[in-house]
Amino acid sequence: MSTLIVENRAGQRVSLPAQPSLTLMDIMRTNGVEDILALCGGTCSCATCHVIVEDEFAERVGPASEDEMDLLEYSDHRTSSSRLACQVVFSEELDGLCVRIAPED
Amino acid sequence: MQTFDVIIVGAGHAGAQAASLLRQRGFTGTVAMVGNEPELPYERPPLSKEYLSGEKPFERLLLRPAEFWRTHEIEMLTGLHIEAVDTEGHQLRAESGERFGYGALIWAAGGAPRRLACQGHDLAGIHYVRTRADVDAMRAELGDTDTVVVIGGGYIGLEAAAVLNNLGKSVTVVEAQDRVLARVAGEPLSRFYEGEHRARGVDVRLNCSVDQIVGENGQVSGVKLQDGAVLPAQLVVVGIGILPAITPLANGGAAIETGGVLVDEFCRSSVPDVFAIGDCATHHNPFCSTGAPIRLESVQNANDQAKVVADYLTGNPQPYVALPWFWSDQYDLKLQTVGLSVGYDQTVMRGDPAARSFSVVYLKDGRVLALDSVNLVKDFVQGKALVKAGAIPDLEALADASIPLKSLAVPA
Repeated sequence: MSTLIVENRAGQRVSLPAQPSLTLMDIMRTNGVEDILALCGGTCSCATCHVIVEDEFAERVGPASEDEMDLLEYSDHRTSSSRLACQVVFSEELDGLCVRIAPED
Repeated sequence: MQTFDVIIVGAGHAGAQAASLLRQRGFTGTVAMVGNEPELPYERPPLSKEYLSGEKPFERLLLRPAEFWRTHEIEMLTGLHIEAVDTEGHQLRAESGERFGYGALIWAAGGAPRRLACQGHDLAGIHYVRTRADVDAMRAELGDTDTVVVIGGGYIGLEAAAVLNNLGKSVTVVEAQDRVLARVAGEPLSRFYEGEHRARGVDVRLNCSVDQIVGENGQVSGVKLQDGAVLPAQLVVVGIGILPAITPLANGGAAIETGGVLVDEFCRSSVPDVFAIGDCATHHNPFCSTGAPIRLESVQNANDQAKVVADYLTGNPQPYVALPWFWSDQYDLKLQTVGLSVGYDQTVMRGDPAARSFSVVYLKDGRVLALDSVNLVKDFVQGKALVKAGAIPDLEALADASIPLKSLAVPA
């Protein structure tokens, strides 16, 4: 099983078993990660699953779509590697991926 | 009798979020959550979208994994109907006769779908869209169904119509008003959605009231309209709103207004130690231009009111001032709404509906109250600032979709 490493808002890191083809949001929610609200349930309609991808993975994860960029635009915590967790599909190539949950806006 | 420091009645978005946040905020007392469905808390919006279509399995709808509730010591009392609240004695009585004592009660019971009352309302093949069980029952019959009549052209009805149309069913939507989404949106948006559904083959009937449901051998076979016409139907979906679940609290003496439990800015009801949040809570919303108390049926409201109660109960009272927002997905149309349009006296169209990417801006006395954005996330995001500020933008600039809304967000 591949792993996804998540750093929560308190700075604690957890390793989660990650199933390919699920989104990062689904993986976090299935594993009970509390800081991820994901209010719209993964339809790219809000920005409550904002994560920051660790630099070394940013290229492999790829850039945000236009809608996603627009949703992230107004986050005070946006960085160049910000993504919505519901829009990143996990794959084996992303094994060991590390993301940090952005502070609440 | 079991007693808990906090009992949350309702295991939907509001209840689940209240429980999670109480623990996140360090609440160490005992907490129980009562749900009248057998399931652990799950998302409702996909019921009329990805769950109905079969795109998402139920496990993906769960708001938290089962072990979350155990590890956070939230006692889950599922499949339990609360029948009465003794607000003086701080006790709940379930239909089963069981009693539970509470220190504080968070009433997050939501509502039940408004049911048909006409002749034929009890025929097999009539479905509602509120619970997993509702949608499972509908899905079980879809394989043998070609023709569907959807009663009600609100969000639930239209979302269900979109999914059923995508599944190849012949769908008719019956709406009593002269336009769809009449209760929640302005006319330009209504006409756009009416056109989109029609263009995909949905028969949208406006100004049509249902006289009765007709059937054969106990099974629905059609919907008879008041003009006498009968629309053939093997399956009927009813989306005509909800009735807030308030009776136990009303009988317990809590003040009720516009069909919901009246609460103040801290979501406190009129009776001691009882809070109400989510779909069934009538509140004064700072974004409601008429000043009238309202209920909001939305995930945003459920979530943010849960936060208000969790903060209050952990000694950090913060009034409810959250900006309302909604969304609705139909076909490839992503609708996002910010603000509350109630009381508007003017709408401004930004962009061209024919391009299927536009916003309707609602104003009152020149101030921006709300926006409905279709396939235009930028406007939704940037429009938030206008709604928050109550901005008075130049109307010509506002109508020009090439001018970003953020450049118009100067507070008036």
